[in-house]
Amino acid sequence: MIEPDLSRIWVYLSASPLLGLTLTLVAYSLAHRLYLRTGSNPLLNPVVTSVTALILFLLVTDTSYDDYFDGAQFVHFLLGPATVALAIPLYQQFNKLKQVWLPVTVALVTGVIVGAFSSVGIARLLGASLETQLSLAPKSVTAPVGMAISEQIGGLPSLTAALVVVTGIIGAVIGSKLFDLMGVRDDSVKGIAMGMTSHGIGTARAFQVSAQMGAFSGLAMALSAFLYSVFLPWLLSLTGVLA
Amino acid sequence: MQLINGMTMLLIYQLIGEVSVRLLALPVPGPVMGMVMLFLTLMIRGALVRAVEPASSALLSHLSLLFVPAGVGLVVHFSRLGNEWLPIGVTLVLSTIITMAVTALVMQWMTRLTAKRKPGHD
Repeated sequence: MIEPDLSRIWVYLSASPLLGLTLTLVAYSLAHRLYLRTGSNPLLNPVVTSVTALILFLLVTDTSYDDYFDGAQFVHFLLGPATVALAIPLYQQFNKLKQVWLPVTVALVTGVIVGAFSSVGIARLLGASLETQLSLAPKSVTAPVGMAISEQIGGLPSLTAALVVVTGIIGAVIGSKLFDLMGVRDDSVKGIAMGMTSHGIGTARAFQVSAQMGAFSGLAMALSAFLYSVFLPWLLSLTGVLA
Repeated sequence: MQLINGMTMLLIYQLIGEVSVRLLALPVPGPVMGMVMLFLTLMIRGALVRAVEPASSALLSHLSLLFVPAGVGLVVHFSRLGNEWLPIGVTLVLSTIITMAVTALVMQWMTRLTAKRKPGHD
């Protein structure tokens, strides 16, 4: 008589937000432990391993993303207040920022233009659909803002969210190698490039390198989110990507 | 209690941001507007930073975790990814490298340029 009980428990669990929320936290804390135990190997970024594990779980148990998200939304929701919270590192670094406002502004405006056009341009050249191109355009913007921009310009917000995560991971994984190859040693320069390209995931990685790189990365993530949301719709319509 | 107060402040600013963006029809997402408003508030009343700091560093130090639910959303787009994996994959890798490299170069170049103008600056 164990069989029917188990299936009844599963029916309860799969309909309750408890499972999705708990699984997300368990997967992440295991992934984080694995990451630390392997000496912070960038390929084992906790977002990669926990997302992979959770996707496998959903596929194996035939659970829909909507059911999972009923629980996971509580974690996802915190991206909003986390975006607001970026005001604090921005405020604390303001004195440092005042000295470098010109290089930072020029670098970020260039970064937004290059980021938007390289993604739309490459995707278009390789024959991606317009929806996919538009979903790729805000791929360097932290998830809640990127999703809002995607919706505004006619992309698919949920696809953008996933692409944002992958972009963050790529940047976090290749960043240090790329800076070495380019001979970039200044932590403030590395931080700006990291936060501009790989938002929160890159910033988490930057804080492991140094507090200065982390602060500049957080700064670049906050400012570029602002610049992207103001300029991207305008840039795209100006160049005729958007009618 | 500090954590709850800080969290409440962040939510209030997000709420004000969302409402004002809609009222004024601004092209900026609500949380970004909330961030700008909180930043301006801190510039006027710096002492407030102590009230929000614990909640904000709790959120920001586990920022990666907050991206996990969105990342799992890839599962919904498997058929699109199946059809367009090549353009999407190449775009993600190339555009990320190009954007990161150009931003770093411009930042490095501009830092040197502005440092030269101020001889006392090291």
